[in-house]
Amino acid sequence: MKALNSNKLALSALVFILLLIGAAVAAPWIAPFPPEETFFDGLTLEGAPLPPNRTYWLGTDLLGRDVLSRVIFGAQTSLIIGIVANSVALAIGTLVGVTAGFARGWIGSALMRFTDLMMCFPALLLAIVLAAIFTPSLWIVALVIAMVNWVQIARVVYTQTASLAQRGFVEAVVSLGASSPRVLFRHVVPHLMPTIIVWGTLGIATTVMLEATLSYLGIGVQPPTPSWGNIIYENQSYFATAPWLVFIPGAAIVLMAVAFNVLGDALREALDPTLAHRRGVGHDR
Amino acid sequence: MTRYIANRIAQAALLLVGVSAITFLLLYVLPADPVRQIAGRSATPETVETIRKQLGLDLPFHQQYGRYLAALVQGDLGRSYAQKTEVAEIVGARLPATLLLMLAAIVCELAIGVAIGIFGAVRQGSRSDTGVMVLSFIGVSTPQFVAGILMLYVFAVRLDWFPVGGYGEFRHLVLPALTLGLLGAGWYARMMRSSMIEVLTHDYVRTARAKGASETRVILLHALRNALLPIIPMIGIDIGLFMSGSVVVESVFGWPGIGQLAWQAIQQVDIPIIMGVTIVAAVAIVLGNLLADLVAPFIDPRIRIH
Repeated sequence: MKALNSNKLALSALVFILLLIGAAVAAPWIAPFPPEETFFDGLTLEGAPLPPNRTYWLGTDLLGRDVLSRVIFGAQTSLIIGIVANSVALAIGTLVGVTAGFARGWIGSALMRFTDLMMCFPALLLAIVLAAIFTPSLWIVALVIAMVNWVQIARVVYTQTASLAQRGFVEAVVSLGASSPRVLFRHVVPHLMPTIIVWGTLGIATTVMLEATLSYLGIGVQPPTPSWGNIIYENQSYFATAPWLVFIPGAAIVLMAVAFNVLGDALREALDPTLAHRRGVGHDR
Repeated sequence: MTRYIANRIAQAALLLVGVSAITFLLLYVLPADPVRQIAGRSATPETVETIRKQLGLDLPFHQQYGRYLAALVQGDLGRSYAQKTEVAEIVGARLPATLLLMLAAIVCELAIGVAIGIFGAVRQGSRSDTGVMVLSFIGVSTPQFVAGILMLYVFAVRLDWFPVGGYGEFRHLVLPALTLGLLGAGWYARMMRSSMIEVLTHDYVRTARAKGASETRVILLHALRNALLPIIPMIGIDIGLFMSGSVVVESVFGWPGIGQLAWQAIQQVDIPIIMGVTIVAAVAIVLGNLLADLVAPFIDPRIRIH
């Protein structure tokens, strides 16, 4: 917290994230209209979307629905997918990484070879194939993203576990006769928490971007359920005449991803200075 | 060295077999039937079965994959279901477009990222440094399609400087390459900045300053070469990223590369094409990583390959 305090950028990111969570939770009360309701006066006489005005603050979309309400409810979708996909990815990644780093032997090397293999997988292509072939629902999209994102976490956790396993204190508890699960969960995993927290935060940014990309291709969360990506997907043919339909949800995606990236980066510095160069991101400030 | 390269190539081949097996298995298990796509809705069950037999899709998984792999090691990627031509031919026809875009994007992100990173490092702690950092955060946090549509809106629709899409001339290349380049520059700028800051603390930089070299000379002549080292593996990784992630930018700008090809193939359940593109992308990822490891010792003689 102290490190966050000294970093104004990270602090504002945290405030933004809290506001976003607040808006997502309170969506039914703060959204001016139901997100899926189409309005007769929401389109021009020619049937085109309305620009931002007094009734519809951020304008209306191609079906005459209120964009502001859809964006607010879209925050729900993004956060749910962000949290679910990321938790699953963290769980798989940590489990694989810890097991491989601690067990060594053939289990360890088999798991890591498999992870190496997954690193060579064209991830986006894989996600698109999976999402296109299943009928995409919120949960399928979250799972698809998790299937793609666990790999890097597994690698990082593996490296950390492998070095932890050689440290004196682990040797000490092993020689005192502690059982393997006890050594792992009482002594090794707590040391991994900073890494897990940092990757969990950064991972939400990646997840939000990937969800938006899948939705933009039409294979993410399906309309009428609003997601920032599918608002753009549905309205992209109007982008020349009604650019707000693309840029308002676009800005929402970017803001959310920036906030989680900034916060994750600050947490990395605060929690674990040895992580600085991983993922090709330098330490700053 | 030769042994090291031979080892790495053998490993790469194994990885590719693994990638092809998993993709094949996924396409085999997933609930999408290519035969129905080919035969159309009005086909009789008999026609459907005949087509299934002809394509060998009635065989169990290990036989189907065995056939595919046997052909693959001879460089045969099979025939497209939808277009009835060789997959290698179709993918080969689309590959130059994707490679061109990738090359242009890498040049852009290197030029922009390195310049901005040096600027941030030199002005470390100042307002313009904070500005650079915020910009690079925005760069790494913007999905390609959002940036692409923004570029189209500003430079094609509003200003009318560039065409909305298409392929063939330099003006078609500018917007997609800049979209990828500007976003990618975010990563490069951050890496370059922290690496330059680190290098500038070294003794030899102090020596250079002490003997009276100008600051420009110190940075561009003495520090730059060392500061660039961590950038090289990033280029290798980007080769893989662009080859496997080209779907999005290609569909925004109507760029006729392998990304769009894959996208059409996925919708038509054209399995041989999906497999072909996946393998090409995996080859790019493996080669990119290999290249990054092999090039490093040439630039920095202190790095030895074991």
